[in-house]
Amino acid sequence: MSNGLLEGKRGIITGVANEKSIAWGCAQAAAAQGAQLAFSYLGDAQEKRVKKLIEAIPGSLCFPCDASDDESIDAFFTSIKAEWDSIDFLVHSIAYADKEDLAGRFVNTSRKNYAMALDISAYTLVALARGAEPLMPNGGSIVAMTYYGAEKVLPGYNVMGVAKAALEASARYLAYDLGTQNIRVNCISAGPVRTLSSAAISGFRKMLNANAAVAPLRRNITTAEVGATTVYLLSDLASGVTGETHHVDAGYNILGMFGELE
Amino acid sequence: MADVNVEETVKRIVVERMSKTEDEVTLEARFIDDLGADSLDLTELLMALEEEFNVDIDDEANTIETVGDAVDYIASKVSS
Repeated sequence: MSNGLLEGKRGIITGVANEKSIAWGCAQAAAAQGAQLAFSYLGDAQEKRVKKLIEAIPGSLCFPCDASDDESIDAFFTSIKAEWDSIDFLVHSIAYADKEDLAGRFVNTSRKNYAMALDISAYTLVALARGAEPLMPNGGSIVAMTYYGAEKVLPGYNVMGVAKAALEASARYLAYDLGTQNIRVNCISAGPVRTLSSAAISGFRKMLNANAAVAPLRRNITTAEVGATTVYLLSDLASGVTGETHHVDAGYNILGMFGELE
Repeated sequence: MADVNVEETVKRIVVERMSKTEDEVTLEARFIDDLGADSLDLTELLMALEEEFNVDIDDEANTIETVGDAVDYIASKVSS
């Protein structure tokens, strides 16, 4: 019998779209450490992909969940509860912004699109944490995916940067509230990775090359690396860590100057 | 001819990714209406082409509807 870091633990993975998804990197890493997983999907295109991928992780559950709809979230957790008495972790990897807002001037973001980006990319963490709390009587760990654009201006990231800032702040307030239940809430700030979602960001390949050129490790990170760090935060190894934003970015965020001295 | 190679390669990738036969993947075939692509298939396909040809897929790719459109688009990127 293996002695995985997540042996005997059960958890929910949101946001798997295909094999390149950060959430899939997390799922593979968690499954490799013995976790049992339940996946959420939104719509037919995602359902088809998730169901195909999870054939590789026997025993996985899979239910629809529109995280922007409270009734759908309730139904999702009801489905989980029918299968499992309790859960130990939740991975949040959900974000959305109108593509037209991921280029040009942030100042032109409409009220409607601003509200939508923050609702889907940040409020969903609050709503999912609220749904998960009663299923975590023995404590738990929640991890949300964020990005450096929450901390610093990355031209073109625009309203998504504001939404990620709200996500990180929400994680801290959730960490405070849920701390009394021994539920930890942390964020992972991953460096740029080529995923389906990144296809919406113009000039993304330039961003990848620029990061790899200057980051301390002189390369980009992989979804497997994000998955490995997620496993650590989900596991008892991180039992004293909550409210943190942990960078998995090859060190890019520590830089104060870019390029080499001669 | 570079364009012939682009066409062959694009068609091969479409055949592989969309699980179609070579006969189905004509230049006139529309990804969504004829090849049954869903909203994510087209993005995945463009990302596969991006990697294969080492080019940047930009917003102009939003107008791609047919296999021929994709071939023309990649050909214009490769030659520039």
